[in-house]
Amino acid sequence: MAEPAVAVMAHHEEEDHAHHGPEGWLKYLWSTDHKVIAMQYMFTGMFMALIGGFMAYVFRMQLAFPGINVPGFGMVSPGEYNALVTNHGTLMIFWVAMPVLLAAFGNYLIPLMVGADDMVFPKINRLSFQIFFLSTIVILASLVVEGGGFAGAWTAYPPLSANETYNLTPLGSTLWVVGVGLEFVAFLLGGINFITTLMNSRAPGMRAFDVPIVVWMIVVASILFMLSVGPLLAGAIMLIFDQTLGTGFFDPATGGDPILWQHLFWFFGHPEVYVVLLPAIGVVAEIITTFARKKLFGYRIVIFTIVATGVLSFFVWAHHQFIAGIDPRMANIFTVTTLLISVPIAEMCFVYIATLYGGSIRLTTPMLWALAFIAEFLIGGVTGIFLGAAGADIYFHDTYFVLAHFHYTFFPIAIIGTFAAFSYWFPKMFGKMMDERLGKWHFWLTIIPFNFIFIPLFVLGMGGQHRRIYNYAHFPELAIPWFQNMRIVATVSLLVMLAAQLIFFYNCYKSWRRGQKAPRNPWRANSLEWTTESPPPHGNWRPDELPVVYRGPYEYSVPDRDDDYWPQSEPDGRGAR
Amino acid sequence: MGLVERVGHFFDDIGLIRIGSSYAADIDFLILLVLVAVGVWFLAAESVFMYFIVKFRERPGHKADYIDGTNKRHKRWITYPHLAVLAFDVLIVVVSFKVWHKIKMDLPENPDAVIRVIGQQWAWTFQHPGADAELDTPDDIFTVDELHVENGKLYHFKLEALDVLHSFSVPVWRIKQDAVPGRSITGWFQPTVIGEFDVQCAEICGFGHGVMAGRVMVEDPATHSAWIEANTPDAYAAVPAE
Repeated sequence: MAEPAVAVMAHHEEEDHAHHGPEGWLKYLWSTDHKVIAMQYMFTGMFMALIGGFMAYVFRMQLAFPGINVPGFGMVSPGEYNALVTNHGTLMIFWVAMPVLLAAFGNYLIPLMVGADDMVFPKINRLSFQIFFLSTIVILASLVVEGGGFAGAWTAYPPLSANETYNLTPLGSTLWVVGVGLEFVAFLLGGINFITTLMNSRAPGMRAFDVPIVVWMIVVASILFMLSVGPLLAGAIMLIFDQTLGTGFFDPATGGDPILWQHLFWFFGHPEVYVVLLPAIGVVAEIITTFARKKLFGYRIVIFTIVATGVLSFFVWAHHQFIAGIDPRMANIFTVTTLLISVPIAEMCFVYIATLYGGSIRLTTPMLWALAFIAEFLIGGVTGIFLGAAGADIYFHDTYFVLAHFHYTFFPIAIIGTFAAFSYWFPKMFGKMMDERLGKWHFWLTIIPFNFIFIPLFVLGMGGQHRRIYNYAHFPELAIPWFQNMRIVATVSLLVMLAAQLIFFYNCYKSWRRGQKAPRNPWRANSLEWTTESPPPHGNWRPDELPVVYRGPYEYSVPDRDDDYWPQSEPDGRGAR
Repeated sequence: MGLVERVGHFFDDIGLIRIGSSYAADIDFLILLVLVAVGVWFLAAESVFMYFIVKFRERPGHKADYIDGTNKRHKRWITYPHLAVLAFDVLIVVVSFKVWHKIKMDLPENPDAVIRVIGQQWAWTFQHPGADAELDTPDDIFTVDELHVENGKLYHFKLEALDVLHSFSVPVWRIKQDAVPGRSITGWFQPTVIGEFDVQCAEICGFGHGVMAGRVMVEDPATHSAWIEANTPDAYAAVPAE
């Protein structure tokens, strides 16, 4: 009954665009199509990933070969080193992980997977990207202004970040805060759309538990983001006031408290980990069910688990501050909550492993990425226990052990998760199949070096190597030869891994230009996005093809059926729900 | 805690990091405990995972099972491990509490000396109590980037910062505490090994963070008193305190 109304709407919009919309490239600048906005988020995110990767290359070269004239950059001064590590972290989390996983795939997938022709508020969606793009310009500008980019670590602890006489980057640090603040505004606007679209625009027949896991994950992530970002946005404004107006919110000399910022930051910062983790976990759920031809083991367990994780994630933030000068009694409470969060996360891993049981596994490129996510994320998960236990954190805090730990979580999330999603939905997004052989080369040449970068860093961290030091020659215990050799192993592995990304870009280009044309449903998957053309037209489905949902998204290998999949929109003869 | 003494020296024994204070072995024991506890889980999970990937590969003419995970018989494969994870968590929490209380909460009374550690961009200032073993008296010895302590003595420290956050870290002692401007944070340590060790600043503190290195000299009683004698300020030597 709702069908014709939606169809008419879609039709109107098409007309609207044809007759009144701007021409040429301006069309893309003002397009409100969720797919166009998703692509813009994705390409901006990938571009920023290249910059973030280049930064990693420069500072890893400096660490392995101190004082070297880094090709493409030059000598690295201590100030530049600090600015590089600061902005590597900032870009990779706020301008790569969030735009690609949350915004790009959220935008692309939610309407297609719930069977809607677009987001509920397409213009807010456009505004979201416009502000995000502005924030991108601001953060890039902060790198090249006089005095250099902000160099006080991505956590921006005051008083260092608040006072230019301490950080020596008056413009860089203010632009950094402004850029991050704008980025938050952009994602708040995007989140409104994700939540309302799931709530209001599902296809006829789609009930709450028929929604693919990845959509739930992105929506829960958006809710977490919206609930947690407020305090930090307030903190960011206070920090800008401290920097520019001379207030003293975080300055002990005028009655402020630097620890306050740490609470505001990590109250956001820890849920933020789950904000980027959940979409990646959702992507993996879609891929492993498709390529194992299995129903997800315990759909509802997964949903309840993410809600539990989300709630718990608001009560763990002070584990970043065990030794920061907070009341030591607080460490007891936060040790308990932190270790508790291992329960839902472990459960999620068990569910995914259980899903593989009895499957019929096809190791395609997306499947390899998804499986690698599970294998590598497990390392990130278990090493977190060391840091969550306050007693051990006394030693590990601010060492390379922490660094290796969170790279073992963020790399699977932001890089492995992105490649999994990108290679899985590439046929839908671009209408071409990706080259499997190149895809597998790219996979192995990324995964193997990745482990060789960070396993040595675990050992160095255990050996007492602390973070954000541009040259370990000043610390005799850390300057010993075999430690230096480990740094070189990590750096060389990074070079291999970065070089391997050329295969990815070549594969994208080649597949896009000369790839085999993708059918509607190349993976024989169930969810709604596979029922439309590849790539989907404006409005997502032809007006006469709008989907109606009859079942959940993971009905693979249902007994007594010839096909091993059962699309959500295929009528089963029992009529609409 | 015989177990802690025997097992806790593992990282020292393999040459990764020395044990240099009375509580370093407690921390290392906790780390090893976590290593074993999560290591078991990790290896079990990865082995099952790899086994499934190999075992359940696509075979022509073979269809996957249909298991939705709502059956109790299936669900217990998730429930039991998940309860076991909880049990391991409890064990880790208990040992972690003990270590945390010992190092950060239960300040041992009657220290042999109290020192003051002051962080500033980008150097450590150490205020030693001097010959009278009292802090804030005229015979205090101030040094930059060099802390002198006597082996085996119990020290309290008062940690302060003048400008931004710093973090006082001596890896061989397993000690780390952020220094916060406007606060004086008290802690303790008891060195057990004679030698010269790194002092790090573990919290980014600006341009010179990478060179904010100090050394701690753990000395035997004779060397230490000779050092105090040689470094007592001249002004004090001339005008004895009243």
